[in-house]
Amino acid sequence: MADPMRIRAQAQGDKATVRVLMSHEMESGQRKDASGQIVPAWHIQEVTASLNGKEVFSCEWGPAVSKNPFLQFVVKGAKAGDKISVTWKDNRGETRTDQATVS
Amino acid sequence: MQTRRQTLRQGFVVAGLLAGTGLFPQYALAFNKAAFDAKNLGDALKALGASGAPQASDAVTLTAPDIAENGAVVPLAIASTLPDVKQLVLLVEKNPNTLVATFKVTPDVEPSFATRTKMGESSDVYAIAITGDGKAHFAKKEVKVTLGGCGG
Repeated sequence: MADPMRIRAQAQGDKATVRVLMSHEMESGQRKDASGQIVPAWHIQEVTASLNGKEVFSCEWGPAVSKNPFLQFVVKGAKAGDKISVTWKDNRGETRTDQATVS
Repeated sequence: MQTRRQTLRQGFVVAGLLAGTGLFPQYALAFNKAAFDAKNLGDALKALGASGAPQASDAVTLTAPDIAENGAVVPLAIASTLPDVKQLVLLVEKNPNTLVATFKVTPDVEPSFATRTKMGESSDVYAIAITGDGKAHFAKKEVKVTLGGCGG
C-alpha cells in the first residue's frame, strides 16, 4: 500500500486552493535497469477530488508526470471546515484515497 | 456425468480468471490510452477529440521555467480565461509520449492547474485548452533542460 498523500486546502474568499503531494514511483517505462531490461511503466492514471462527497475535479496523467507528483487546483464555493478528499488510481489498479479539511 | 455443483464451481473459476487478467475493463475504459500513447502533437489532440488546427491564444496561460536544471521535475502551470473550456491539456513536444496530463474543467473548479513533469530534453511545452465546440487554443513556451529526466 502506498504512503498517504499530503493534502493542504486553504480557503481564500469563496474558493479554496488545494495542494496535493502524492507518494508514487511514476516509472516512465523508458528506463532500463542494470541488466538492460526495460522497467515497465507504473504511473498514476487518474486523480479525482471531491468536496463534501461531491466530485468536483478529475484529471488523467501519463507517465511523464514527475515522481511523487504535485498537483494544485482551485475549488469554487469551498469554505473552512469543508472536507476535500482526493483519490488516485494507477495503471496496476492500485488506488488510494485521503481526506483533508479546508482551513 | 457432471453434477450441478461442479458446473457452478467451474463458472466461478472462469469468472475469477477473467477478473484476474483484466478482461473486465472497468477502469481501463475511463483512461484515454490512445491519447497518452500518441507520439506527436496532432495525434494526441485528435485522440482527445479536438478538431481543426490549434490556434495560438492569449487567453491560455502556460507558466514554465525558461531553464529547467533538472528534467525530472519541471514545474508547469496552466490556466485559461476562455469561456466554455472542457479540458486543459499539457504536452511536451519532444517527450517519447507527447501528452503529459489532461485536466477536466467542471463548473466547480477554476480552469487553473499546476503540476510537475519530466522532460527528456529541451523542447517546446504546449498548454492547450479544448473548448466545448472541439476547438483547440494553445500557448507554448520553450523550456531548456540541462539534465534530462528520462535517462538512467
